[in-house]
This record gives sequence, structure tokens and C-alpha cells, in this order.
Amino acid sequence: MALLEVSNLGIAFGGLQAVSQLDLKIEKGQLYGLIGPNGAGKTTVFNMLTGVYKPTEGDIILDGKNITGLPPATINQAGIARTFQNIRLFNDLTVLDNVKVGLHNQVRYPMWTGVLRLPSFYTKEREMNKQAMKLLKIFDLDKEAKLKASSLPYGKQRKLEIARALATNPKLLLLDEPAAGMNPNETAELMNTIKFVRDTFGIAVLLIEHDMNFVMGICEYITVLNYGRELAQGTGDAVRNNPKVIAAYLGGD
Amino acid sequence: MLTFLNHLINGISLGSVYAIIALGYTMVYGIAKMLNFAHGDIIMVGAYICFFAVSTFGLPPIVGVLLAMVVCTVLGMVIERLAYKPLRSAPSLAVLITAIGVSYFLQNAAQLLWTSNPKIFPSFLVVTQQNADGTQTVKSGIQFAGGQLSVSYATLITIAVCVVIMLVLTWFTEHTKMGQAIQACSEDKGAAQLMGINVNTTISLTFAIGSALAAIAGVLLCSAYPTLVPTTGSMPGIKAFTAAVFGGIGSIPGALLGGILLGVIEIFAKAYISTQLSDAIVFAVLIVVLLVRPTGLLGKQVREKV
Amino acid sequence: MRSLRTNKTLRTNVITYAVVVAAFVLFQALGSAGVLSSTMKGQLVPICAYVLMALSLNLTVGILGELSLGHAGFMSVGAFAGAVTASAMQDSMPSSALRLTVAVLVGAVLAAIVGVLIGIPVLRLNGDYLAIVTLAFGEIIKSIVNNLYIGMDANGLHASFLNNTIVLGDGGRMILSGPMGVPGIKKTATFTAGFILILIALFVIFNLVNSRAGRAIMALRDNRIAAESVGINVTKYKLMAFVISAAIAGAGGALYGQAQNAIIATKFDFNTSILILVFVVLGGMGNMLGSILAAALLTVLPELLRSLNDYRMLIYAIVLILMMLFNSAPAMIQWREQMTEKLREKFGKEKKEG
Repeated sequence: MALLEVSNLGIAFGGLQAVSQLDLKIEKGQLYGLIGPNGAGKTTVFNMLTGVYKPTEGDIILDGKNITGLPPATINQAGIARTFQNIRLFNDLTVLDNVKVGLHNQVRYPMWTGVLRLPSFYTKEREMNKQAMKLLKIFDLDKEAKLKASSLPYGKQRKLEIARALATNPKLLLLDEPAAGMNPNETAELMNTIKFVRDTFGIAVLLIEHDMNFVMGICEYITVLNYGRELAQGTGDAVRNNPKVIAAYLGGD
Repeated sequence: MLTFLNHLINGISLGSVYAIIALGYTMVYGIAKMLNFAHGDIIMVGAYICFFAVSTFGLPPIVGVLLAMVVCTVLGMVIERLAYKPLRSAPSLAVLITAIGVSYFLQNAAQLLWTSNPKIFPSFLVVTQQNADGTQTVKSGIQFAGGQLSVSYATLITIAVCVVIMLVLTWFTEHTKMGQAIQACSEDKGAAQLMGINVNTTISLTFAIGSALAAIAGVLLCSAYPTLVPTTGSMPGIKAFTAAVFGGIGSIPGALLGGILLGVIEIFAKAYISTQLSDAIVFAVLIVVLLVRPTGLLGKQVREKV
Repeated sequence: MRSLRTNKTLRTNVITYAVVVAAFVLFQALGSAGVLSSTMKGQLVPICAYVLMALSLNLTVGILGELSLGHAGFMSVGAFAGAVTASAMQDSMPSSALRLTVAVLVGAVLAAIVGVLIGIPVLRLNGDYLAIVTLAFGEIIKSIVNNLYIGMDANGLHASFLNNTIVLGDGGRMILSGPMGVPGIKKTATFTAGFILILIALFVIFNLVNSRAGRAIMALRDNRIAAESVGINVTKYKLMAFVISAAIAGAGGALYGQAQNAIIATKFDFNTSILILVFVVLGGMGNMLGSILAAALLTVLPELLRSLNDYRMLIYAIVLILMMLFNSAPAMIQWREQMTEKLREKFGKEKKEG
């Protein structure tokens, strides 16, 4: 059984059918790409997978559990984490605190323990700090831990968002245009980081990207979306040479 | 049955006043994204100006109304320039508090100038008939069904004025350049500016229209409820503000619907349930509606871009 | 032990506690030395009550990030619950300190319950709509309390609504009489009690903000959608902040009520809610020390301006407008930054020269 099985997924907004008849199978630990022209419905698919939108048809099964239409917080607790096309950080919190919010459900203690400063508050906070700093180190953000998130440069903000998503201990990580606005060096670094994350944590990654080098360099399997429907799916080479994909998206010679 | 009709008509009339006030709130909110707390007090100023014009200086009522409109328009525009414009890109709470400051200022200035002794607003929405024997009869309304149902001229005129204002405003926003400029600025100030629209002028105009409407509302309100004190505008202001949100903030038909409904609910609650609890009932209805339709009756369901 | 909070937060919190303690010691000393006028002395407890209200509202507005326009409702619930409790125990509990403690506890708990009842439907809304509904609830609470009658006799407490249908038995008396409110309160509130309550409120708020729950609440404020995406239960944490805020407000209300000769429902109206909101915004959202200073200053200001008599509320309004413009207008902020830069350069030069 695959980690994520999506069958016949679709959503209509009023009269507009934004996504229809989408099938997707993502295996545990797989690096999967979702590409297509702007407006093809990629982020809409993300939003359905994470519970921001309720699909009007189809099913989403994560690790055997049907999570279709569940609220976002519940889906995250079931094992899907994401980043956003327009970065959504907790701007007034520190870099460290952003990740600690991600750890909210991993290291828990009741509100009263915090208010009354019982001993377990101190042990749990120490544990949280340790785990958060470990994650920040992976993304080379540990030195900026005490800075306000909004003061980070754009590229680092993107990395912070990924770190925060990872903190939620997901089985599947959804990255929405993670390389947007990055130069070639940063992009190469990000590719390595994603591979490292997959190898270390054993999670699957589904990503939306327009940078074809990035997609072809990382993704083991790709689905191409156009007008809300699947145009093609296959390995990088198969998709790259598919005439329909070339016509709609990649461009001719 | 007739009592029911009586209450309904009174409710629609009160609702019309709320609607006119709500229009000012909703238009300003649409364009400046702020809740102008001082709006209710502009109503009060308009009522006082008209009062002094008619009762103290003996001017004809129509002059009094026009004078009130002029003064309120100028007042509204001045307030916008001095107190709100500097805060246009500040967080919305900042301008809210400033509006509260302006509201306090107006109320206290009125108290200093005109004292809190209630003024009795002149009833000029009446018809004076010359009788055969040389005396005069003052008719304040029409009688139906052999005297069982009486509707005052003030009530009828209020409803009529509201309808006229709605029609004029709808025509204005859809068919005139200035009206479309207001709509454009409400959608996206930056884009409007790039299209050559003078945003400052457009915002000033919106405040001017809202304030003029407030003056009219003040006159109509005090024609129905003639006691006038510096705090007269406060409660109707709050109620009209809830009516605007009730109908969907930023929506002109929403202001009409919200205002009328609120007025009707208030009168019916006073008549059939309890005078003391009428306010609570009005607010309770508002809460129930907003829970069912969170963006108001005619409000736009804005989908947040994720 | 390694500091678990950033040094800046710890420093700010300690400074806040220190200022409160220093102020208490100062005013207590001034009072004993007979330096304070009787009006000023009479203001000390109400200032504490308004400080509590400002702190509680700051938790909702500054930390949770939701605008509440009906906080006077919680103050009202606390004031009346406290007053009725204290009055009912007049004979059975002669110690006024104990009566005050019970009154404050009852006020806080009852306000918290009302907070839950209101919060569950209301917190599903967002932004302006949530604000309006809190305003509506504030008015509803005012109407309800204004029409509530509570009396006590040998058989215990009796209540009736809208009309006073209570028939009092032996030794009976009315405690709450609808629009007449609660007259003849035997004051039990003291400046010391107010000071202690403020310390408790600060303790709760600071510890909450610097904990897992606090971070969740602030995450909701900064970006609700992102908070949901990392598994934060929105309703739970919104409710948590709202109810704690309501409890502190209820405590403040109870304290306030026990410092008055009489209280009536219409005193706790929309204007009072707005007054408290002004304290919070002026003091800086999320800034607890700011709320304390703003609440204290603005409560005292009309009294200080008393000599200007009729003009004082007008001046209050002008001061408010000017302060907002100075604080928040982008043009002003830019001007201030430029001034600060110039001063920094000037003093930097002098330091080098000197």
C-alpha cells in the first residue's frame, strides 16, 4: 500500500471545475514532483491534500486512513506538513519560536504546567529547544535563532518554513515552489538539503516547482497537471520527452 | 392587524434612518478600511445645526437641512484630512482609536457649546392648513381606516428619503466617473492610482458624501425622536454600525437591508416582547445571523488566498 | 541553568514587575505620609481595576490578536457577581479581606464561564465580525444585568428577571435591584489587594505567553492558516486566551465594584469597553508594561485636569488624538527615526571628542 493514494480527486468553485479526476500514488520516502503551467491547479491540489479546501469529489488516503475533507490541523497530526507559495511565517516570533510552534504536538505539556512553572515545564522546554536547534542546524539557521523571523532574508525565510514543517514530524512533506526566488547556488543547496531530509527522516516529499533543473534533478516521479487534469505522469525522462507535455508546458526546440 | 402594520411602518422608518447612517459607515469602510467611530456624532452635529437654523434663527426648514449638510460635509472632510489621512498606512487599530478620540472631541465640544440641556427639535415635517375661521390646523400625519391607523408625515418622508438616497447612490456609483473611482479605490488603491485616479480626492469625496448623509439622518432622527443632546448620535451610531456589518460591511445594498431589518426588529421587540430588552434582542438577532452567515447578509465571501 | 527565554523578554518582564512594586511602595508611602489628596487616594483602587482590565484586554487584542469591543461585559459580570457575593456574606463573614477574596474569586470564575459561553460561538468568526459580536454581547450583558433582581432572606438568595417578583421573608433585603443596581456596598477593596491582583495577573500572563500554549496563541495571531498547517487547534487556543482574559477582567470588575458605594449596570457599557481598548492600543499591543502605564495615566488624567473643569474631557480627547498620531502615523514614525539618528550622531561625536 502506498503512503498516499489519491483517487478521482476534484473540486469545483461555483461553476469552475478547478481540478478533476486526479489520481496520485506516492510511495513512502519517494521524491515526487507536481508540475504544470500557472493556473493548472497545483496549489489547489496542495490545499485539498492539507484540508484548506474540501474536495467536491474523490478520496485522499494517507497510510490507510481516509483524510478527505478533514480540517487542516487534523491532517497535519495525521502526517502531512506543507510550505506555502507566499511564505507564511510567524513574523513577530523568533526563528527558534517558529520551529518550536512546529514542535507543538511533538513535545507537549498542559497550559497549567506552563502558567505555574511546574518542574516539567523546564524539562520539556529544554527538550524542545534541543530538537528545534537540531532542525535549525540542518538548514544552517542556528545562528539566527534569536532573531525575529521577519528580519531574515527571503531565502532563509523559505528554509525556515521548511524547518518548521519538518518539526511536525510528517510522513509526507508538501513543498510549494521552495526554490522560488533563489539563485543557482541556493537552489543546488536546497536540492541537497531535501535529499538529506528524505534520507535522514525517511519522509516522502511532494513538490511544486517551475525550475525544471530542480525538478529533473530531484524528483523520482512526476505528474504533469494542465487545466486541473493530469496531462502525463512518469519518470523525469519520460515526462520530459512526452510530446503533450512539451506542447503545453516545456516548449519546443 | 392594524397595530402590526403601524409597528411595521415605524420599524421601516427607524430602519431607514439606520440605513442612511449605515451607508456612511459602509462607504468609508469600503474605501479607507476603517470604522469611522465619529460618524454617529456627525449626525448629532447635523441635528444641532438644523435646530439652531430653524428654531433660533427662524430660517426655513429646507435651508436648515442644507446648512446642516454643508457644515457636516466640511466637518467630515476636515476630520479626514487632519486625523485619518496621516494614519492611512498605519495598523487599523490606530485609526480606530483616533476615530474614538474624534468622537469624544465632538461630543464634548457640543457639550461645551450647547450644554447638555435637551433641545426640542422642531417638527417641521407637518402640513399647516388654513381653516375657514382663520385658525390653523397642524396636521402631522395621515389617517387610515377611520382613524385607527395613523402614520406621521415624518415617518413617510423618512422612508421616501431613504429610498431616494439609495437610488441616487446606486446610480452614482455605477454610472458616474467619481462613483466608479470610489469603487476602484475600494478594490485596490494602488491600481486605481496607476489608472490616474486621485485617491486623496476620492477618499475626501467619500467622507463628504457619508457626512452629508449623516446630516440628513440627524434631521430625520430628531424629527421622529425630538429630544436632542450631545450624546444623541452615539447609540444610533453603534446600531447603524452593527447594521452595516449585519448587512455585509462594504456593501451598499447590505447597508440598506441591515438598517431596515435592524429598525424593524427593534420596534417589534419593543412592542411585542419588552421595551427594556429591545436592545438586547436586536443584538442577539445580529449574533445569530452572523454565526450563520459570517460575512453578513449580503457580504462578499472573501476566499483567503492560500 | 541556561535561560529559557530570550534575554530581552526576561528583562522586560522583570522591569514590569519592578515598576509595579516600586509604584505600590511609592504610593503606599505617599498615602501614609498624608501627601495624597483624598481624591487621589480614592483613585488608587480604581486604577488597579483598570490596569487589570487593560492587561486582560491586551491578552485578547495584543497576544491573541482579536479585537474585543465588549470587555466591559466581563467587568460587569465580575463587579456584580462580586458585589452580590460580598453583600450576601456580610453577616456570615465579617472579615472584609476574606469577603473581598471570595468576591474576586466568584467574579473571576463567573466571568470565565461567560467567556466560555460567548467564546464558543464567537471565536469562529474573524476580524471585524468577531469585534461586532463581542460588542453585541457586551450590550446584551448590560441589558440582562440591568433587568436582574436578587434578594436575600433567611431562606437564602432569590432572583427574578425583568420585574421584581421577589417576596422577601424575615430579615430580607434586596441586593441587586435591576436598574437601581447594587446600592449600599460595604467597601472591601484595598490598594494592597489591587497590587496583589496585578502581580497575579502579570504572573499568569507572562508565564502563559512564554510557554507552549502562549506560542500557539501568538502563532494564531501572526498567521492563522500557517498555525493550522502545523497542527494547532484554533478553537482550543482562541478559547483559552479569551477565557483567561475574561477571568482577569472579572477579577478586575469585582475589585472595582468593591471600591464603590454603589454600582449600576449602565456604567459598564460600550464607552467603558472603548476606554479600556484605548489603554491597550496606547500602551502598545502585547506590551503589558505599556498597558499598566496607559491605564494608570489615562485614569488619572481627567482628575489632574480637573482644574480646567469643563474643558478637561475636550483636552483628553485632543491628547488622545495627538498621541495616536504621534505614535502610529508613518510620517511621524519616520520623523522620529530621523531625529533619533541625528541625536545618535551628535552624542556619538561628543563621546568621541570627550
